[in-house]
Amino acid sequence: MSGNNPVGQDNQHHVLSVLVQNRPGVLARVSALFARRGYNIFSLAVAPTEHPDYSRITIVVDLQSAPLEQMTKQLFKLVDVVRISELDPRHSVERELVMATVKASPEQRGQVVELTNIFEGKILAVGADALTVSLDGSPNKIDDFMALLEQYGIVESQRTGLVALPKLDRTTKPRAVKVPKGKAS
Amino acid sequence: MKEKLTGAQALIRSLERENVEVMFGLPGGCILPAYDPLLESSIRHILVRHEQGAGHMAEGYAHVTGRPGVAMVTSGPAATNLVTPLCDAYMDSIPMVGITGQVPTAAIGTDAFQECDTVGITRSITKHNELVMSAQDIPMVVRQAFHIATTGRPGPTLIDLPKDVLQNSMEWYWPSDDEVLDSLPGYRPNVKGHAKMIKEAARMILAAKQPVLYVGGGVLKARAAGALRELAELTQIPVVTTLMARGAFPDSHPLCLGMPGMHGTATAVTALQKSDLLIALGSRFDDRVTGKVSAFAPDAKIIHVDIDPAEQGKVRRPDVPIVGDCRLVIEEIVKAINDLLQSGEKQADVGPWRSRVSGWREQFPLAYDQSEPGAALKPQFCLEKLRDGAPDGTIVVSGVGQHQMWASQYWRFEEPYTWVNSGGLGTMGFAVPAAIGAKVGRPDKTVWAVDGDGCFQMTAQELVTASLEKIPVKIGILNNSYLGMVRQWQEMFYGERYSEVNLSGTLPDFVKWAESMGCVGIRVEDPQEAEAAIDKANSINDRPVVVDFRVAEDEKVFPMVPAGQSNDDIILHQSQSARREFLK
Repeated sequence: MSGNNPVGQDNQHHVLSVLVQNRPGVLARVSALFARRGYNIFSLAVAPTEHPDYSRITIVVDLQSAPLEQMTKQLFKLVDVVRISELDPRHSVERELVMATVKASPEQRGQVVELTNIFEGKILAVGADALTVSLDGSPNKIDDFMALLEQYGIVESQRTGLVALPKLDRTTKPRAVKVPKGKAS
Repeated sequence: MKEKLTGAQALIRSLERENVEVMFGLPGGCILPAYDPLLESSIRHILVRHEQGAGHMAEGYAHVTGRPGVAMVTSGPAATNLVTPLCDAYMDSIPMVGITGQVPTAAIGTDAFQECDTVGITRSITKHNELVMSAQDIPMVVRQAFHIATTGRPGPTLIDLPKDVLQNSMEWYWPSDDEVLDSLPGYRPNVKGHAKMIKEAARMILAAKQPVLYVGGGVLKARAAGALRELAELTQIPVVTTLMARGAFPDSHPLCLGMPGMHGTATAVTALQKSDLLIALGSRFDDRVTGKVSAFAPDAKIIHVDIDPAEQGKVRRPDVPIVGDCRLVIEEIVKAINDLLQSGEKQADVGPWRSRVSGWREQFPLAYDQSEPGAALKPQFCLEKLRDGAPDGTIVVSGVGQHQMWASQYWRFEEPYTWVNSGGLGTMGFAVPAAIGAKVGRPDKTVWAVDGDGCFQMTAQELVTASLEKIPVKIGILNNSYLGMVRQWQEMFYGERYSEVNLSGTLPDFVKWAESMGCVGIRVEDPQEAEAAIDKANSINDRPVVVDFRVAEDEKVFPMVPAGQSNDDIILHQSQSARREFLK
């Protein structure tokens, strides 16, 4: 992982949605490949899909480290990788979740709650001098929210990394998720 | 009712079903169960002296037969000893299946005796690997391993087998082809080239005035030597064969320019530089071929045929990328060219280009200075004598360094699969075990290993294996008592400051060492003795022979393109440097 700039609509980051066989070691294979070839990962989220045999890995890659084409081709060579979709932000829906514990004295508590409500976030826990809040949304929205929380003092925070799916085409019925038939097209 | 087998029995039966005739290995704690059913198996097992030897033998076998080589060793240190051959096979796209023992499943992760994370360690140097957690999975995993190793861009696979998985029982089955494919939804190599791209390639080939066929190891992997020859002769386009492709096109053919690259012929190097169209067939624009990439073949358009999509555009962006099996694609290109010619299209005149190339070939043959009377042997002279004395179809195996470059330069390769070397990884010590594997694969052929004294000392103990198993390989050591290539670089680029390159001219005694391993040992110190020694070596077929050629220590490999420099800055042999403007 590298880079401190949040993921925005810049040209340096690109989202890959990678469908993999749900098998032991698959995440290690993917991350080892990135390390071995000198590709930088900005964020990475992995979880099983609706089909128990497959997991989906959403990787935000740093294009300053290597051309996207090489990254996808090398990834594709992994036997466990079944499909790779390059997700253009304009044609995909993207979400990220953040949890943050923020310093908030009893006097400041109201301000933090108000801010969280404006962003449509949630209060997860309340302590004597801190609050834990969560927010899901686009990475930009989360960047903005985190920037505004800074003034109170962020004790600790965790972002999930981006997850994304292609936008649906409104002119046709949504397709049922098919079991992939392999890479050949 | 289904037949019950132990995991170990299932493993050996699965290997038999994969038509494995021979495997190379060395038993130990965790792989012990697999060695028991081997006693009843049809598979010949060759007991090595070091696991690295098993791996390189499997590679040598695969190189010359095209069939996957199999190496079986135990866990921990044995698995790590297999790492070098696996990486070597990965770099050179050699089909190979490694089988390693592993500690029992319950002990995995506890730092048990001889435990190591074999699949973790080998992940980036295998095409695929698998830790098997259930005996029931063994036949499927074996089929997958062989399928992956031998299809698409070939490469090594590894199966890691915990001891209890080998001991547990399973119900025997043998998966069908469809079941194997269904189990690998992410693995579908594309072998058939894109029709539109093939047509485009045919048009470009006909239009080119200064084309070169830049042939790499992929042509041999695809068994495409015949198709290549058809394409070259149809179009009269000159051919360069990279280090991994020596033998893919006959060196005696008038269109053959030899090897390009750091120590390639001046003609091959310059033809690439001046070309207007490179037809790259199963080659990967390796840094040892391109030199400085930004200065490589600056005016050339590129047609790149490779079965691995990731090679397209990795180093140089092709104008026409074609992903597919070299043989199928070349055949299609030939067809497309013939169609165009029949429809009245004409090929551009490549005559002037060919005569320019011929001029270079006449002006810049390989050159070295013969020994002064009484002075030490020249390594190039030894190779010429070895080459001239060898029966037709002799397989040549080399280690890595000066001797490798001289062997590639001075041998005349007429047939495919007669040259075995470690190209990508550059593994010193490759020659002796790889030659043994090659001889096992092709017992009908003479196998000469051309080795260096540095390389030989890394893996020579496998000659004990060769003697005991009656594998009569021949080893010619070009013994200059130096790490010769390193010495050459220190002489040329480090102001003759020689640091840690002298291996001693007195130790070891290679003849005594050879004899102690059951081989015939011969020493050659004088040019007069070379021919007789080589004849004697060629006449011995019941045991290995080692010929210790004591060669000049200061001989250098030329031509040479210094690392990172442009191919235009090729350093020629001093006898030719005065006429280098002919290369412009």
